[in-house]
Amino acid sequence: MIPAAFEYEAPTELAQAIDRLAKYGGEAKVLAGGQSLIPLMKFRLAQPARIIDLNRIAGLAYVRENGDLRIGALTRETDLEESAVIHDRYAIIADTAAVIADPIVRNLATVGGNVAHADPANDHPATLLALRASVVARGPRGERVIPIDDFFVDTFTTSLAPDEIVTEIRIPRAAPQSGGAYVKFERKIGDFAIVGVAAHILLDAKGNVATAGIGLTNVGPTVIRARRAEESLRGRAPDDKAIAAAADAAAAEAEPVADLRGPVEYKRDLVRVLTTRSLRRAVVRAKGGK
Amino acid sequence: MRVQLTVNGASMQADVEPRLLLVHLIRENLLLTGTHIGCDTTSCGACTVLLDGRPVKSCTVFAVQADGRTVSTVEGLEQNGVLHAVQEGFTKEHGLQCGFCTPGMMMTSVALLERNAAPTELQIRQAISGNLCRCTGYVNIVKAIQYASTKMGEAKAEKQPAAAGRA
Repeated sequence: MIPAAFEYEAPTELAQAIDRLAKYGGEAKVLAGGQSLIPLMKFRLAQPARIIDLNRIAGLAYVRENGDLRIGALTRETDLEESAVIHDRYAIIADTAAVIADPIVRNLATVGGNVAHADPANDHPATLLALRASVVARGPRGERVIPIDDFFVDTFTTSLAPDEIVTEIRIPRAAPQSGGAYVKFERKIGDFAIVGVAAHILLDAKGNVATAGIGLTNVGPTVIRARRAEESLRGRAPDDKAIAAAADAAAAEAEPVADLRGPVEYKRDLVRVLTTRSLRRAVVRAKGGK
Repeated sequence: MRVQLTVNGASMQADVEPRLLLVHLIRENLLLTGTHIGCDTTSCGACTVLLDGRPVKSCTVFAVQADGRTVSTVEGLEQNGVLHAVQEGFTKEHGLQCGFCTPGMMMTSVALLERNAAPTELQIRQAISGNLCRCTGYVNIVKAIQYASTKMGEAKAEKQPAAAGRA
């Protein structure tokens, strides 16, 4: 399959890329890892007149923890998966990176692309909701830090302006007695999630849940924050009973539709099961386990 | 657009449309047809080549993105008439039947063994999970990669007997 013809530019400075995007408006698409965009172009579901390739811009791929955790938008999933900081301190992100598409796709696929594409089936959004992350975008008017709850507007639609580029993901620094996990259920490696659930908790001095974050993948028009499930855990000991109640709440908050991956009832029950599993693992990790 | 890239150690130039996919540049401009086009939808891995040493699905990369970079294809594995250990492994362990997935499978294997000389079976299976084979059931492919790992380990030990002795 051959994409429709387009003009190609590969600027070496972010400012140039923003300038081009502002100039061309909706005509242009930004190319990062290309692992979603190029297939869409091959199917001609996307036919941008211009491609602005970000891959020649230096300094957009990094994982740094000084204060909060900062991940450059052009960081490849493989590099995230293999990052010591991610592996040791942000296991929920390592969980997520390791189940995106397949290992070959992950050599090109980027974190920024996964988020900016706003596909409800993409995996990072649920984790970033659970972690209460922010998306940093740069445009002609400067830098904007967008709370993750304000980022996803609809399927394939974000609150980015047409001339803004995602440059970084910011995640609050991992606190002691906190932990999270991402659990994805897929038909086979490389497929989209039937359901994915990200859960992150912070325990207080007594071992009760101080705060919880729960994000649901591919059970709605966008990634979904399971607010009632999060609320149900607050102040409670994260025991089987509390987790079961939260899992029921999350299942009720999901908005799955029937498709080739299963009927509504099945997906809703998967949300319940995977919320249970991810919360259990989050508790283990918050208490210092793996 | 004019692109220059190093393919299997040789510098190549081509004049391409931006929409040309890397796999088409490799097969149709450079006439290196060992790299296959399977699903054409980023699923099967038959088109896997190494871009700056990392396996990528060349049906999902534009040729212009490879400008100035290094590409390795299955044709570059054999050196001076001697098969690469991975190629030898696929032969000896019957790691293929129809052979369609084999070039991509071998490129992924080569990259794996460069990063991890002695992978476990699980690591091998994970590494090739983006390469689909519909003939073998993967058992002999795993054996082929294990064969290559052992052979490359022995060759390294022979080259550095002193180092091996110290260990």
